Amino acid sequence: MNDQPRIDTSPRVSDEVRQTTCYMCACRCGINVHLKSGKVSYIEGNRDHPINKGVLCAKGASGIMQVTAPSRLRAPLRRVGPRGSGAFEVITWEEALSTAVSWMKPLRETAPEKLAFFTGRDQSQSLTGWWAQNFGTPNYAAHGGFCSVNMAAGGIYTIGGAFWEFGQPDWDRTKLFVMFGVAEDHDSNPIKIGIGKLKAQGARVISVNPIRTGYSAVADDWIGITPGTDGLLILSLIHCLLEAGKIDLDYLAQWTNAPLLVNGAEGAEKGLFVKNAESQPFVIDRTTGHPAPWDGKGVEPDLGAEWQGNRTVFRHMVEEYLKPDYAPEAVAERCGVTAGRIRALAAELAEVAFNQAISLDRPWVDFRGNAHANMPGRPVSFHAMRGISAHSNGFQTARALHLLQIILGAVETPGGYRLKPPYPKPIEAHPTPHFVTTPGKPLTGPHLGYVRSPDDLALLADGSPARIDKAFSWENPFSAHGLMHMVIPNAHTGDPYRIDTLFLYMANMSWNSSMNSARVMEMLTEQGADGEYLIPRIIYSDAYASEMVAYADLILPDTTYLERHDCISLLDRPISEPDAAGDAIRWPVVTPDREVRCFQSVLLELGARLGLPGMVNEDGSAKYADYADYIVNHQRRPGVGPLMGYRGDGTATGRGAPNPVQMERYIANGAFHQAHVPEDAAFYKPWNMAYQDWAVKLGLFETPQPYLFSIWSEPMRRFQLAAEGFGPRQPPDHLRERLKQSMHPLPIWYAPYGDEDAAFGYTVHALTQRPMDMYHSWGSQNAWLRQIKGQNALYLPTKLWKAQGFKPGDWARVSSRAGSITVPVAHMAALNENTVWTWNAIGKRKGAWALSPAAPEATTGFLLNHLISELLPDKAENGGHRLSNSDPVTGQAAWFDQRVRVERVAAGDHPAGRGAEPEFAPLPDLPRAGGGRVQNSSRNFAKSFRKLLGLGESAR
Amino acid sequence: MHPAPSVILFSTLSGLGFGFLAFLGAGILLPSGWAAFFLWGLGYGLAVAGLLAATFHLGNPKNAVKAFSQWRTSWLSREAWASVATLVLLAPVALSDWLGLGLSRLPGQIGAGLALFTVLTTAMIYTQIKAVPRWHLWLTPVMFVSFAIAGGAVLAGAPWASLALLAVGAVLLATWRVGDGAFARAGQTLGAATGLDQIGLPTVFEPAHTAGNYLLREMIFVVGRRHARKLRLIALVLASLLPALVLLLPLGWVGIALAALLHLAGALAARWLFFAEAEHVVGLYYGARG
Amino acid sequence: MTALPGATEKRLGLVVDLDTCVGCQACVTACKGWNDQGHGLSDQDAYGANPSGTFLNRVHSYQVEVADAPPQIVNFPRSCLHCEDAPCVTVCPTGASYKRAEDGIVLVNEDACIGCGLCAWACPYGARELDADQGVMKKCTLCVDRIYNDNLPEEDREPACVRTCPTNARHFGDFADPDSAVSRLVADRGGYDLMPGMGTKPTNKYLPPRKKGPGQASLLAPLLDVKATGIAGWLDRVLGKI
Repeated sequence: MNDQPRIDTSPRVSDEVRQTTCYMCACRCGINVHLKSGKVSYIEGNRDHPINKGVLCAKGASGIMQVTAPSRLRAPLRRVGPRGSGAFEVITWEEALSTAVSWMKPLRETAPEKLAFFTGRDQSQSLTGWWAQNFGTPNYAAHGGFCSVNMAAGGIYTIGGAFWEFGQPDWDRTKLFVMFGVAEDHDSNPIKIGIGKLKAQGARVISVNPIRTGYSAVADDWIGITPGTDGLLILSLIHCLLEAGKIDLDYLAQWTNAPLLVNGAEGAEKGLFVKNAESQPFVIDRTTGHPAPWDGKGVEPDLGAEWQGNRTVFRHMVEEYLKPDYAPEAVAERCGVTAGRIRALAAELAEVAFNQAISLDRPWVDFRGNAHANMPGRPVSFHAMRGISAHSNGFQTARALHLLQIILGAVETPGGYRLKPPYPKPIEAHPTPHFVTTPGKPLTGPHLGYVRSPDDLALLADGSPARIDKAFSWENPFSAHGLMHMVIPNAHTGDPYRIDTLFLYMANMSWNSSMNSARVMEMLTEQGADGEYLIPRIIYSDAYASEMVAYADLILPDTTYLERHDCISLLDRPISEPDAAGDAIRWPVVTPDREVRCFQSVLLELGARLGLPGMVNEDGSAKYADYADYIVNHQRRPGVGPLMGYRGDGTATGRGAPNPVQMERYIANGAFHQAHVPEDAAFYKPWNMAYQDWAVKLGLFETPQPYLFSIWSEPMRRFQLAAEGFGPRQPPDHLRERLKQSMHPLPIWYAPYGDEDAAFGYTVHALTQRPMDMYHSWGSQNAWLRQIKGQNALYLPTKLWKAQGFKPGDWARVSSRAGSITVPVAHMAALNENTVWTWNAIGKRKGAWALSPAAPEATTGFLLNHLISELLPDKAENGGHRLSNSDPVTGQAAWFDQRVRVERVAAGDHPAGRGAEPEFAPLPDLPRAGGGRVQNSSRNFAKSFRKLLGLGESAR
Repeated sequence: MHPAPSVILFSTLSGLGFGFLAFLGAGILLPSGWAAFFLWGLGYGLAVAGLLAATFHLGNPKNAVKAFSQWRTSWLSREAWASVATLVLLAPVALSDWLGLGLSRLPGQIGAGLALFTVLTTAMIYTQIKAVPRWHLWLTPVMFVSFAIAGGAVLAGAPWASLALLAVGAVLLATWRVGDGAFARAGQTLGAATGLDQIGLPTVFEPAHTAGNYLLREMIFVVGRRHARKLRLIALVLASLLPALVLLLPLGWVGIALAALLHLAGALAARWLFFAEAEHVVGLYYGARG
Repeated sequence: MTALPGATEKRLGLVVDLDTCVGCQACVTACKGWNDQGHGLSDQDAYGANPSGTFLNRVHSYQVEVADAPPQIVNFPRSCLHCEDAPCVTVCPTGASYKRAEDGIVLVNEDACIGCGLCAWACPYGARELDADQGVMKKCTLCVDRIYNDNLPEEDREPACVRTCPTNARHFGDFADPDSAVSRLVADRGGYDLMPGMGTKPTNKYLPPRKKGPGQASLLAPLLDVKATGIAGWLDRVLGKI
């Protein structure tokens, strides 16, 4: 018909598009922010951006509601009532800053360690760490300890790079992709884009995960493994591959420490590499049968060598994994996976790796000087995340998975797993931890590093931990990200010592970011005999009225991500791709309409007022006007600053003098910059001289850093030796046995510590996952996202559902050794039969985040955190020592070790109107923005009629 | 379907009103003078009140006049035309009855037909909805028209009104009986709605949104089976049996008024059930069935 | 013009790939964002106890019990299918609801909508939502204000949900062209209609999840009996192959 209305199909989209970087999660996608009349009207992905290539997730597209959220803080606040009461007064920034300085300055001059500075979802760790270093406190870390340090450290100690977002499968070439414990929240758009590619190419995707949601839902096969047993399954796969000889011997001989000789003589050197006169490990050349340099040109290392009673790493490895303990039949029941499925998976891996091998016609030269005509590849790739790492055996499990990749020859080869600059990077290129305090002086180096031996531990002269979180102590020697989850419990107990001021940024420690949240709230409010809080002062910076705000004494309100400068730096966690180094910025695409300030600018101003080195000029004036000034002009090493692009006269990349218009150049380029890896340098990076030279040129290293993958970890063996009684630095006796077990130089598996709870009747595994459309607690205040997931239920597997006769609408009492919760339940078939789970951080404290106290998040919404203790249960052999509920190697919070008991509460037995339990007193409304986005005024009169008469859509 | 008071009132009152107007127009009841004024007033009042109630169901009634434009395809548009045409055509007849003008009965007879046609158009608004299998039955217009005729007959004091009321009861029973199996006969399941019956047996894992929405409020209404059975009995007794009995008693106009009120209450109950028991296939996506 | 236009020149619509959709909800909020822009799709009680809002695209999640394979989860985006025999169009009393003759897109002319809700009743798929604030019916427009928009770069002239989909599970194109990417996808992957029994002839098609389960590789044969020969025998066998 021709009388259809004429419509404008070319409306003006917006007045202006400003390109910046998303911060609705840690993914760091590029976004186009559309503005109309100076206000954000629409946000979409930036097509040119290397991370997201135009796409954007549910959170990113909802960023507009983050700016208009009524929970936004309005101005600095000072606590006026008891801590936790939520009583605050609005103060000026001058008052706020001078108060903070008056608390911090005396600490710096007398006992810098009494300031503990920990950051949560911080993307500016190269600044915050540098600030803390110059303050001189050893007590700094970000949130990696409760996030996924096992994943980072396990990878870096093994392949010099990690899963997480530090690498990615060769999406274009891989034919078989296997995920272990990957939830949908991390590095999310790149992985989604990758999975989309694999699906389009017809590649096969397998998921090993107790829960089949998200990526596991689209996986071509799903193995619903029992939580905490991934390492055992992986080692069984290695067993099968070894048994069948399906391993890449050439790869092992050339690129790993498999041919190095392990000292077999009893004594202090046992298990360390046999060294030559130049203190270098060496190999036996197959052609001569004699020792030869490990990095010698033309050397053909003998994997099977035995020399003067010392056997190769390869032989140790084979002896370990060919043990019948690792046979599929031996592990099947424990893993909840049949032997047949394990064997079938091993067969699939071997089939693709060896029968469908690929090769790129790219000649290259390795660090030994050997020329290679092409780049052979094994098109099998893996990815893993928190599911395998948030266990007390997570570090070793991560190592085991890397070992599996290594024996298939699938790391840094075409079709396999590829690292992103600045990785690959050997342990030796990382700093060791720095922790020695001198009043009034900075630390001599960065806090966080990679421990090579007991000598590097952060211990005081009396052997006690130097850090409040006990990172780099015997309890968790490789805690490369610190243990944020232990800061408050340790400071509260005074173990190892008391602090004065706790300075937190973007970390919801009194709610979803702590184990045992209810107890943490008490720790934050408990007072000593003198009436002083056990943690005397707390300064907190956040943009929103989170649960944590009520527990701070001084609030420094942050801007939103659309109102600030930021840099996503190569010095920290950049936006690189396997084929390019990349970094990015944020800049204020809209101006804040209230008294809030970019936290990093505030930090620099505090630094200037405290006179911290690097933050003041010689005359004592502030060196940097704000964070943007720092980003452009700060130099970490000569010529190397936070941003690599447009340095010097604007043409230099990586190295060059600060360029005053660098920020403008980034903005003009879509808020990011890339330096592409040459084609012949794109694979075999740890050993490829073209890559090494490129990395030096870019400023990633000062000299080439080729290295071998660590199948056998010498640093770990050094800790075992210490536990066996060798060496001058000795662990406390109560930790010797667990060090011997957990610090095995080969990847091994041991039962997660949480499994001991089964003996007390807590037999069911309890997990959480972050949904793809919600990031921590930010999402639940977002008007759009909270409509998608504003309630959570505990998902029960069919077996449990039927055994107890659960019905829709029922509740369950879930208890652990630490506590009990009563929560709504739902049935899920695609779930490991001995596992329950829920979405993380949907539950909110009543009154927080500017939500109605009657909001479902605050009534039926719940956290599992109340069930999870931050400490392991007391045991006689611990001699009264508090041991954190963490991985014994890295201190990663062992969230997923959790065991519970589930008991049905019939719908009728849960009083109507009562929500999830435990319930907490509502938080009072803070002085905040109020309002939210103004709703469209009514365009019709029927609505008011309807309201008047109570007719029509009554359910509103 | 959400049993919105506005649509229940609309369809019940206007059905009764147009039914009664049909009797007046056709001259089956021939009042005069003030009696005519009040009786025609009652018919017009019911019909117009019903139509007004219907506007409360509109989200944007300022465009209501546009509803006359699509009579070629839309039953709702036809209803608009039919109702207005009925009311306009019968107006001179009513005036004539009131004022004794003695105009021809022909417009009245045509108007009577139009009045019943109006009820039919109302019924067709529901009948045409394939997505609500319980409505998509030939019995739906029969039910609406039989209510209009019986209601009109009661108000008109027709001697056979009791029979008409009993017929309504029979139609109601038939509607429920046939309607109860309609959804199953339509063959729609979650498997067909999603196409997942190709791979297995789907059930709802998580709702699309945990928050409420228009579809859930408007289209997905669950009424308890016991509650429904009770209401059906009430509807049957009030709309059919009881008024039929009352009319047999020698109560004169009091009996008529009482029967009409009972019938109206029963009609409202039946109409509430008509909506509340109707299941929209979209409910499948939300796990409302299978 | 609530009469349907009969055969349209183009038949624009979407292919939704259920084998690839991970249920991330990106399309849901991209759609909300584009169509809202501060005034289009309202929310009620946004921070309260009973939030509710208008969305034109919602992603459900179903679990499927499958014979001889582990249970599956299938994420299922649901929006207007731009049916050829669109019952939502013919029921509209005002002509606000119409199907475009040139490309088959089903739209609502909000200036003519009285908010009676009948079209939403007529739609079997729940594709239409009455905006509680504005009192008019809202539905997927297939981003008619994007796909022909001269103010957008050519590559962006596709629906917001398609542009944002991280896994590329949504495809936009012309089904009238048998050689279009969407037509080929449907042919290759067995694209199907939702509720064919409703007689609506949807334009949008869904691609079914591919068959899932263990792979076909034959099990690995041990090199030799390690128990009998010991590690040394194994080493000899393996390293002899270098």
